[in-house]
Amino acid sequence: MDAFTTHTGTAAPLRRSAVDTDQIIPAEYLKRITRTGFEDGLFVAWRTNEPDFVLNQPQYADATVLVAGPDFGTGSSREHACWALLDGGFRVVISSRFADIFKNNSTKSGLLTVVLPQADVEALWQAVEADPTTPVTVDLQARTVTYGDTTVPFEVDEYTRWRLLEGLDDVGLTERHLADIETFEAQRPSWLPRALPALPA
Amino acid sequence: MPKTLAEKVYDAHVVRSAAGEPDLLYIDLHLVHEVTSPQAFDGLRAAGRRVRRPDLTMATEDHNVPTLEVLKPIADPVSRAQVEALRRNAAEFGIRLAPMGDRDQGIVHVIGPQLGLTQPGLTIVCGDSHTSTHGAFGALAFGIGTSEVEHVLATQTLPQYRPKQMAVTVEGELPEGVSSKDVILAVIAKIGTNGAAGHVIEYRGSAIEALSMEARMTICNMSIEAGARAGMIAPDETTFAYLQGRPHAPQGADWDAAVAYWRTLRTDEGAVFDTEVVIDATELSPFVTWGTNPGQGLPLTERVPDPADLADDNERRAAEQALAYMGLTPGTPLREIEVDTVFLGSCTNGRIEDLRTAAELLRGKRIDANTRMLVVPGSIGVKAQAEAEGLDRVFTEAGAEWRGAGCSMCLGMNPDQLKPGERSASTSNRNFQGRQGKGGRTHLVSPSVAAATALTGRLTAPADLAETVLATRPTTPTGV
Repeated sequence: MDAFTTHTGTAAPLRRSAVDTDQIIPAEYLKRITRTGFEDGLFVAWRTNEPDFVLNQPQYADATVLVAGPDFGTGSSREHACWALLDGGFRVVISSRFADIFKNNSTKSGLLTVVLPQADVEALWQAVEADPTTPVTVDLQARTVTYGDTTVPFEVDEYTRWRLLEGLDDVGLTERHLADIETFEAQRPSWLPRALPALPA
Repeated sequence: MPKTLAEKVYDAHVVRSAAGEPDLLYIDLHLVHEVTSPQAFDGLRAAGRRVRRPDLTMATEDHNVPTLEVLKPIADPVSRAQVEALRRNAAEFGIRLAPMGDRDQGIVHVIGPQLGLTQPGLTIVCGDSHTSTHGAFGALAFGIGTSEVEHVLATQTLPQYRPKQMAVTVEGELPEGVSSKDVILAVIAKIGTNGAAGHVIEYRGSAIEALSMEARMTICNMSIEAGARAGMIAPDETTFAYLQGRPHAPQGADWDAAVAYWRTLRTDEGAVFDTEVVIDATELSPFVTWGTNPGQGLPLTERVPDPADLADDNERRAAEQALAYMGLTPGTPLREIEVDTVFLGSCTNGRIEDLRTAAELLRGKRIDANTRMLVVPGSIGVKAQAEAEGLDRVFTEAGAEWRGAGCSMCLGMNPDQLKPGERSASTSNRNFQGRQGKGGRTHLVSPSVAAATALTGRLTAPADLAETVLATRPTTPTGV
């Protein structure tokens, strides 16, 4: 995963709440077995059916920060939703509330999810609607979002911040605790289920 | 200190805990399917890693599988390539796989319980949000993304933060014709589609205790539709009776040891929940969704809501967008909405009891001439049992289609899809835009509402059916 320290780009205002991961990328795109190349599925139904959908507007075509309504990323656990946003050029999603699995997936794939109060989201929407060229800077080091004369702080837990700043992969971190895993396994009761061998019905 | 059920299971699986870091949680059972796993196996290969515990890992083919001609190669080359990738990965890494046609094949959340792999007190994960289903047994079970699938394959653990605790208490007796699907749709309508974010829900109270295991699975399945990390129900005699004798359930002295442990898996007196929700079971009635997320639901006796009545800007805009997509007019009685398709199946309602409930309503009748009904059992095992009971003939004689097992029209990754503008009554779990096919419109319902709707061609509760039948019954001459 790529490290994330700070990012500056323009922002797209997505004035929709409860955007589910089926909208971010529909199931038919999930048949692929690669980890990249999902940009064609990103919000494809809205891009196809709604001419004035925000990402169809040329002034937001190059946006790298998505500013969404509350409850972004509900539904399916598909990490493809994060990959599609990254492949579509986004590095940051801002919302007042994310669905848990989406937020968790984002921290594993290097997409920064920033939680701001809805009033701050509203102010940011208005700013980028008034001037779509407004640069928005998201600084993970300082934990701030800055645009124009406005700087708002955001919270992120220290461990996740460190992992993202360093671009660290969880598996490698966990493997340092192999002895703890072995100790735990040694005391598991013997009657716990095993999938192997297959047993007759 | 008193603990909740979820806290007991969580604490029993902490491998390592350190200040300022997530806990490392041991995973007892990892279920795998073809859609969210290929990139995880690629990751293992790229790093030269093996699957740490193949014996705690079980794979099946479910999302892509066709429900017709299931023994032939999959016609769609992209779906076929994904299923073949799972077969290669399972063989290379030594994982048990239930492929299409295998007696154990089925939707991942149907086969775990069916095989007895799903047991109380376990931690269970799968790259699938409906993993919450397994919480019906008192397991801590949750959906994960592909990076986490790779992490569990490699280490059999996951870094986790302690979830918040929510109690959803449902007291009283459910009225006739009201099922656990109606209970969970009512819960989600009350707390919202992400209202339980950050929480594990424990469902409790007399109405929950009275439910069968299959009905409990329906409730826990849809916990994710309220945004919960997981949903759980404390194991009891109903749980033990369901598990005893299943292929992977403990036997003999092991069974006794297991049950003794399972009996401890109850929330302690005085344990604290961060959030509590109370529902009166006696006031519930058949529920249906009108919008494009599972929280947009109402009793079937209501009318399509008017967005203008909503004070909150975001909610009003969401309702307007939903009604525009659904092609519905505010004020229309929900019972007047006509459907093209009825889908009975999915990890929510594709089990034997669901099929029995629907079959009872359809027995000896014909479905509406303009309505298509697809019946898709959740697994090969469910299909075989239904056929042994003659349910397949009840469905086909009523004019419904009896299909092979899989996820099918719940998400339309196989050929079972709605066409643009088509409307379904579906026993599945998500009414998102395009979920069942591009431009398709979904109303989530229970199996009995699905069957009643198939008979009339419009959203119908079983009780309405009795009225319809009475109203149209020829008058019997008296005094002859």
